[in-house]
Amino acid sequence: MSPIRGDVGGDIGGGLGGDLGGAAAQGVPGNPWFSWRYVEANADEILRRLLEHVTLTGQAVLIAAAVGVPLAVLAYWVRPATGPILAGAGVLYTIPSLAVFAFVGPLLGIRSVSVLVPLVLYALLMIIRNTLTGLVAVPAEVRDAARGMGYGRLAQLVRIELPLALPGIVTGLRLATVSTVAMTTIGVLVGHGGLGQLILGGFRANFYRAEILTGAVLCVALALALDLLLLAAGWLATPWARRRAA
Amino acid sequence: MGDVLTDPVTGLATGALTDAAAGPVRSTPGGGPAAQAEPTGVAGLLDRFIELVPRALTWLNDPLNWTNRGGILDRLGEHLLLSAGAVLIGCLLAWPVGLWLGHRAATAPYRRGRSRTGAVGRNTVVVVSNVTLAIPVLATLTILPLTPIGFGRPAVIVALAIFAVPPLLATAYTGVTEVDAQARDAAVGMGLSGGQLLRRVELPLAVPYLAAGFRTASVQVVATASLAAFVNGGGLGHIILPGFGLGLVTGGDQVVAGGILVAVLALAVEGVLGLAQRAVTPRPLRRTGARRRANPTP
Repeated sequence: MSPIRGDVGGDIGGGLGGDLGGAAAQGVPGNPWFSWRYVEANADEILRRLLEHVTLTGQAVLIAAAVGVPLAVLAYWVRPATGPILAGAGVLYTIPSLAVFAFVGPLLGIRSVSVLVPLVLYALLMIIRNTLTGLVAVPAEVRDAARGMGYGRLAQLVRIELPLALPGIVTGLRLATVSTVAMTTIGVLVGHGGLGQLILGGFRANFYRAEILTGAVLCVALALALDLLLLAAGWLATPWARRRAA
Repeated sequence: MGDVLTDPVTGLATGALTDAAAGPVRSTPGGGPAAQAEPTGVAGLLDRFIELVPRALTWLNDPLNWTNRGGILDRLGEHLLLSAGAVLIGCLLAWPVGLWLGHRAATAPYRRGRSRTGAVGRNTVVVVSNVTLAIPVLATLTILPLTPIGFGRPAVIVALAIFAVPPLLATAYTGVTEVDAQARDAAVGMGLSGGQLLRRVELPLAVPYLAAGFRTASVQVVATASLAAFVNGGGLGHIILPGFGLGLVTGGDQVVAGGILVAVLALAVEGVLGLAQRAVTPRPLRRTGARRRANPTP
């Protein structure tokens, strides 16, 4: 697969972006940091990779949230389990992502599931930790009041504790999302790295800067956009916190 | 143009479907063998696991894999060198800034009319850590060699140092701001100047936090350094990546062995620096200081 690269001589957009980062100083003609020609010629490829990136990130965070929040609740309810769950999460977090890819890749083969599993693992840790922090931070008076009003354990969790822990949960989701977006790029190892394919593809295609930077910038922009989206969602979901702040 | 059939969108459907649709013709990156039997179901996974682990251990048990040029020992040396350089640069950059920001924030009450400086420090720390979280390591590793830094070790070290900065900065800042206000009051009352206060009171009391940040940053950099192999930058990643290039049928043992090495190294660094952190933390502070933040339970 060889994307069409607009790096031959008279690049139209190249003059515009060529000065970025002192590219001219390197004296490499026709290797601009940004090129509209490249983007236009490879719009399909770029979109495909972006879509892959978003899909992988979305799946990873959703699965991690679906597993992580109940685990955090378990750790919250069963106090003796809190230590082991957090310690386990901490040890897992210490293990480098490339090592996890190295364990999962040979097991699952060259396909996108091999990217998804490590992503879910790391997202899981952040979601568990922050959800638990949020749950523990629920004031004891509130819990007492809920119990006094006759709430059962489950009702108290769903109606009182989880809503009050929402800021923590949202923080966990945001951290997990942002770092998942960045980590997805390592999926190039098995050919499903989303925008990472562009970054490393450009590097391998004779250090084609436009492709590298397009991938990198889209990656950071995606992380920022998803972060803001979650921030807004959290803001909408916690009207009481807004009122208190105002 | 071999990967027309590897549609990433449909490829994300269930494993069985993917296998049936694109199994025999799917391509692998790096020109590995095209046909790759992918296990389906728990039994298949278990089979492959049982087959892979002894092979990885055999690979690790071969002395030549350790002593060869570009073997484990060479790569380990590179890995440690890259990591040490990155953490050193990170410390040189982040600690002075973090300490100074913390000092400014903590001494704001002593200055008239400048009560907002505390927010500046905190915001700087938060923004730096958020932004670096969003930057893929792969991007800094590929972009920096193409800047005037040029190819080679320095570019890799700088690329890694970027990710050492946030924990170092945050802990330096927190370490100073968490210094007991009474100690600071006493020092100011004794007539210490701002610089003296920072050097003689705040810095020593912030050491446990600095150590915690150093540990976090080091572990993170050691983990990240394995990615340098993507740009031929050295380190233990060079054990893992060629294994993927060979194709997982022949190179799977090497991939898993590399994974074990990288994981063990990270855990070892974590453990050793954990002991070091404990050693530099005065006994009365051990239970309460940096550890309390890491563990949200009361």
